[in-house]
Amino acid sequence: MSLVVLLYLFASVCFIQALKGLSHPTSSRRGNLFGMVGMAIAVVTTIGLIFMLRPDGAATGMLWVIGGVAVGGTLGAVMANRVEMTKMPELVAFMHSMIGLAAVFIAIATVAEPWAFGLVARDQPIPIGNRVELFIGAFVGAITFSGSVIAFGKLAGKYKFRLFQGAPFLFKGQHLLNLVLGIAMLGFGVAFIVTQDWMPFWAMLALAFVLGVLIIIPIGGADMPVVVSMLNSYSGWAAAGIGFSLYNSMLIIAGSLVGSSGAILSYIMCRAMNRSFFNVILGGFGQDGGTAVASTEQRAVKSGSADDVAFMLSNADSVIIVPGYGLAVARAQHAVKEMAHKLQAKGISVRYAIHPVAGRMPGHMNVLLAEAEVPYDQVAEMEDINSDFGQTDVVMVLGANDVVNPAALVKGTAIYGMPILDAYKARTVIVNKRSMAAGYAGLDNELFYMDKTMMVFGDAKKVVEDIVKAIE
Amino acid sequence: MELVDPTITNLIIFVLAIYVGYHVVWNVTPALHTPLMAVTNAISAIVIVGAMLAAALTETELGKTMGVLAVALASVNVFGGFLVTRRMLEMFRKKEPKKTEGS
Repeated sequence: MSLVVLLYLFASVCFIQALKGLSHPTSSRRGNLFGMVGMAIAVVTTIGLIFMLRPDGAATGMLWVIGGVAVGGTLGAVMANRVEMTKMPELVAFMHSMIGLAAVFIAIATVAEPWAFGLVARDQPIPIGNRVELFIGAFVGAITFSGSVIAFGKLAGKYKFRLFQGAPFLFKGQHLLNLVLGIAMLGFGVAFIVTQDWMPFWAMLALAFVLGVLIIIPIGGADMPVVVSMLNSYSGWAAAGIGFSLYNSMLIIAGSLVGSSGAILSYIMCRAMNRSFFNVILGGFGQDGGTAVASTEQRAVKSGSADDVAFMLSNADSVIIVPGYGLAVARAQHAVKEMAHKLQAKGISVRYAIHPVAGRMPGHMNVLLAEAEVPYDQVAEMEDINSDFGQTDVVMVLGANDVVNPAALVKGTAIYGMPILDAYKARTVIVNKRSMAAGYAGLDNELFYMDKTMMVFGDAKKVVEDIVKAIE
Repeated sequence: MELVDPTITNLIIFVLAIYVGYHVVWNVTPALHTPLMAVTNAISAIVIVGAMLAAALTETELGKTMGVLAVALASVNVFGGFLVTRRMLEMFRKKEPKKTEGS
């Protein structure tokens, strides 16, 4: 038994190494390998444990395990190989829901047969402490599951179902309802802890599933980076809760690592939008309201053609590209990379500036650029590159809006205080957009009306391809 | 003195693991936050350990069904999570040879 625990400890250390490896792209692949090794050790050790605990019936039991792994593993592997990088947030949300539901199922199995896990002697009641932990693991898992399903729908954005649409779903007394349901869920939880009956357990689970839905629906589609990070955190806590109830320290360690990782990512995302976590969770941001104020008057902007842009770029010494999610939607990453390549061949310095909330999840834009084979050392984070905009000849904003809006520096605007990329400081600014529509925050962007700004309207991919041709 | 309750020991492990997680994750470069999320998905699939015990050792129909389903769900993440992370990290690699040639 001690050997099992020691091997579990080794696996836990591997998981920590996996996260540690991600501190740099070069060490990250080894980190991922560590993660796989850790998981393999954990699984093999558990197989050994199963044979130790049940020498007679283990073989048939293992058949069930192998069947489950074969089905789930195949599905996972196929998805991992096929998924498009723009669809990463959906995949991640989907995987969160898997963990949530798995935690719920394990909790149910534990309540049904606690002796199978060596918690108690046969037909003995579960100790109170484990009931508390089972309750926590089960309800966090259930909320993670149904919340992730809603988040998945909102991210995919292709389902007609109202709850799956990006716009926040608000109704009167929403928060009160959540509070009442939450208290009711806790009440059933306490009833389960006291009696260990199935009835309060099922009721508690049902309420937790409903709550997961209710918590996510008021949050707007563009706040999904925070939501996905938050559910990431929840899935970790659910795993840790299961670890507590099964006395398994490896589950606790792995779960806490994931839990704190998700919490930190949510914090980073909120900070990048200058909004408090509660402001995001309470939802309702990104509805109309602001839009009407923004686009009432038509103001003159300077617009130009792809040829003009090509000329300006060719005569620059330094260029910074600011990619936004619009770029990924237009699938223009490869064209942009080609453009950068041509410019670099002329000896022009080209870099990319990434705002933390560019894309639909933390670090999404970096992956999209990496997919287009943009070298990661040309891609800079906001803090690192912001001071360089002042010395830059041309800044090219592609499919981004709010993250370069100088209104963030003006007191009283909706996005005041949000950190932005200081594109307005550059000598010239080129902005590619499909139209003059306002961004997510529903604000007009002063940057577009500046004298040094040239707007290029049109689909990002087509515009950039035209520029590439014109650079010749 | 009585032996320490195992739950307390677990609580100690829990608190220390959060502490480790906090420091390790702040060191992750923002460029790799998406792979971080994918790999944490795979890591939280460690619940497969509990699921395997449930699938192999339970005798009732309810326990067995729940266990097998949980194993399947968790293995989606084990395989999906690690493989998609590897795929993403490979993308971050491809450029390195070019970079060294150029500079």
